[in-house]
Amino acid sequence: MPLSVTMSCVAILLVATCVAIAISRMQAASSFVYGLTLLSSLTALFAALVHLIGGAPMSLMVTLPLGLPWLGAHFQMDALAAFFIIVVNLGAAVASLFALGYGRHEDEPHRVLPFYPAFVAGMNLVVLADDAFTFLASWEFMSLSSWSLVMAHHRARDNTQAGYVYLVMASFGTFALLLAYGMLAGPDGSYAFAAMRANHPSSGIATVVLILVLVGAGSKAGLLPLHVWLPLAHPAAPSQVSALMSGVMTKVAVYAFVRIVFDLLGPPAWWWSMVVLAFGGVTAMMGVLYALMQHDLKRLLAYHTVENIGIIFIGLGLALAFAAHRMPAAAALALTAGLLHVFNHSVFKSLLFFGAGAVQTSTGERDMEHLGGLIHRMPMTAFVFLVGCVAISALPPFNGFVSEWLTFQAILLSPQLPSWGLKLLVPAVGGLLALSAALAAACFVKAFGVAFLGRPRTDAAERARETDKWSLSAMFFLAALCLVAGILPGPFIDTLAPVAKGLVGDRMPTQTAVEWLSIVPIAESRSSYNGMLVFLFMAISGTLAAFAIHRLASNALRRAPLWDCGYPDAGSATQYTAGSFAQPIRRVFGTVVFRAGEHVEMPPPGDGRPARFNVDLRDLIWDTLYAPVADGVVFAADRLNHLQFQTIRRYLSLVFLALVSLLLPLAIWP
Amino acid sequence: MIRDFTLQGAQMLLVLLLAPLLTGFVRKVKARFQRRLGPPLIQPYRDLIRLMRKEVVLADNASWLFRINPYLIFAATWVAAALVPTFKTGLLFSWSADLIALIALLGSARFFLALGGLDVGTSFGGIGASREMMIASLAEPAMIMIVFTLALVAGSTQLATMAAYMNSPEVGLRMSLALGLVALIMVAIAENARIPIDNPATHLELTMVHEAMVLEYSGRHLALIEFSASLKLLLYISLLACLFAPWGLAVTKADSISLAIGVLAYLGKLLVSGFLLALFETTIAKMRVFRVPEFLGAALMLGLLGTLLLFVSRSF
Repeated sequence: MPLSVTMSCVAILLVATCVAIAISRMQAASSFVYGLTLLSSLTALFAALVHLIGGAPMSLMVTLPLGLPWLGAHFQMDALAAFFIIVVNLGAAVASLFALGYGRHEDEPHRVLPFYPAFVAGMNLVVLADDAFTFLASWEFMSLSSWSLVMAHHRARDNTQAGYVYLVMASFGTFALLLAYGMLAGPDGSYAFAAMRANHPSSGIATVVLILVLVGAGSKAGLLPLHVWLPLAHPAAPSQVSALMSGVMTKVAVYAFVRIVFDLLGPPAWWWSMVVLAFGGVTAMMGVLYALMQHDLKRLLAYHTVENIGIIFIGLGLALAFAAHRMPAAAALALTAGLLHVFNHSVFKSLLFFGAGAVQTSTGERDMEHLGGLIHRMPMTAFVFLVGCVAISALPPFNGFVSEWLTFQAILLSPQLPSWGLKLLVPAVGGLLALSAALAAACFVKAFGVAFLGRPRTDAAERARETDKWSLSAMFFLAALCLVAGILPGPFIDTLAPVAKGLVGDRMPTQTAVEWLSIVPIAESRSSYNGMLVFLFMAISGTLAAFAIHRLASNALRRAPLWDCGYPDAGSATQYTAGSFAQPIRRVFGTVVFRAGEHVEMPPPGDGRPARFNVDLRDLIWDTLYAPVADGVVFAADRLNHLQFQTIRRYLSLVFLALVSLLLPLAIWP
Repeated sequence: MIRDFTLQGAQMLLVLLLAPLLTGFVRKVKARFQRRLGPPLIQPYRDLIRLMRKEVVLADNASWLFRINPYLIFAATWVAAALVPTFKTGLLFSWSADLIALIALLGSARFFLALGGLDVGTSFGGIGASREMMIASLAEPAMIMIVFTLALVAGSTQLATMAAYMNSPEVGLRMSLALGLVALIMVAIAENARIPIDNPATHLELTMVHEAMVLEYSGRHLALIEFSASLKLLLYISLLACLFAPWGLAVTKADSISLAIGVLAYLGKLLVSGFLLALFETTIAKMRVFRVPEFLGAALMLGLLGTLLLFVSRSF
């Protein structure tokens, strides 16, 4: 039942796509498309939720006569798929709600509306697919529809380049996944997931598959060094789509990784986890450092997605390590931590992208150096954005903290692992995780402080207006979810139990049974956390302090010009900017990671030109990995260019030579 | 049950009442070392009360966040300070947050403090917020690594369990604990903005961090922020005391005698550590801001080393 409901919702979305092509230039098209997407996503969300809360007792399957004639298209919904269907459709439903208001500001709705439901349908189909062919077709569908959305504003500066890089990276990722499935299917070509699950590949093949999946799913998720497209493409799309791409599509990539590595690939070898952990740790750390150096609000958020993907992969890597050493309880803890972070991140990252979108429509600016003081003009947006910032910085009592806390608890269990490699790697990964958590707080103090606090830096920021009710309701819903998932994490963890049970054979202790609604990863004497009580204590003591002081001492208040040590300055340009806020951290970390350098151009005395201060940052990953490839392609294209200006005789002889050289291997093949 | 509630309440009040006294004591001892008479011990209480009674002068463009910030910071710090065992372990709500959660609570307080520095849009506030977050970006991971070290030794991140373990004879002398202690002291100095990282006694210096963030605060808001700073100092000293000097803590029994011993021992520990802090601050000079990362990087490496040793073998 839940599967057929979800499939019908997907069908409705595909119909909506076709209708949207026809009506997209009409006035009501925006409300129609987003309203329909909202309703069908909500339906699918509830169907999957019912399935998962019921414990997903059996995986549902259906085969449709589509795709390859001898194979058909298989779809299924087990606990893992149900969880990701929830994540996808929650994100899609809220994004549609946001877009009901936000989408009205769209200049070219015909470039967005048809692709939006298609994109949502594509993500659903990837999660539901039960054979390699359907999976890859849906994956490409998802990539291409999101690419069209990235290219929606193709005339804006840099967007075509973003689209080009995205297209190349997406094709590259799909290619890797195609090869991975080919290896898994074996010589018989059994493309159904059930058949892949049944035959365990040899260790050599499993290794190749693992690497291909890390490349394929990792490039979509944003694992370093395959993240380069993400900070270009995510900000280029309209904000509801940025939220979906960053909050949800990267999670679909995580789904692909979990599905193949935990489910299809057979029992893990211990060193797989080392690869995953190393990539996860480096991704988390580098992602947040990149984010700290940005001053474009949406690009900062996109880089921060890279960090969170790293945290998720740390959880998954630990789960692999424990599973390989047959420690199912610990594996369940690590896997639950990773998956809970998948959910949490989809919630607060969508919220933050919505906030950035609201700022962008209201001021026309994404650059934080041109914002400031928005808390006065957009108080509601500022409030929800602040909630998102606190949640993503992993601070109690919000939800981001819970999943990071669980990851830390999983790390504390890992000295029991017997492998020496892991014994040395896991503490380092723990250190990277702790560093990235602390840097994330710095990053979001910067994001909120520079964009929303202080004084307006431009006229546009001065004239900002509060955003519309639809957008606000979507953001308030997500902010409330951040708080609820933070103070009552127990039910959320319990909902994940069937997923962990299905993948690693064990589950975390039932949390709703614990007294006072605490969460307890292993045993209460080891560790426990009660978000509810912490929140209540803070609320009570804060209120008590406020009440006592106002009653007993003074509540007098006087407004006056700001003090600033007696030297208040008139201009808003002397405030701290995004660049100056990050300067100390740039000096500490950036001199190595980004080869950061600062140059001051001081004209000689008497010269009227202004002094200039420049900061150089180099993206070493782009310079060392991507630039040589790009240069190589350009060089080869230049060299081969003269082949295009030949006479007809030469063309024919070239074709003949090509044919002969291709037939030659066949002829000498034994 | 009522007794449990009373004990928990007593702990919350105890930290609240003792925190300004500790600050006053450190100032007094420091003044004596500098051959000054120094303010009386109860001067911090007088300052707080006077500040609370004054009207708040708020900058024209201060936002709602600026006004609720002091309460948020105070609430988070107070809750965190009340969760560290002082005279007794295993109080009624001691399990509601373990050591990692406690550090994160302090992180929440710092997050809002830094936002408060940026709110009015002055360059002093910005410099303070930016440097505070730079220091935190190294101090917090160092603290997490120290927690890892301690948690791996004690087999728990619950402070009650850890303190009980540290009080038991099975601890012994351990390399990892020594590393953890040194690192924790370094982090505590940095987190509380003491010399050599920051100078709590200065205003209007280009090197200051904490005082720069709170420059625009006045009246009751300033009182709450100063109070939170005192509470934070008390918290770190309580933490050091309950983990590395757990003697006298009422661990299991809760009869009046062991509680009295617990309270007396706690007061003694505060006296000793306050004296040592004043001595340390008098003998050392403040360092430049960009030497701080080296200092905290050393703490981080010590913590990491302790954790690594324990991953290699539980016996370190």
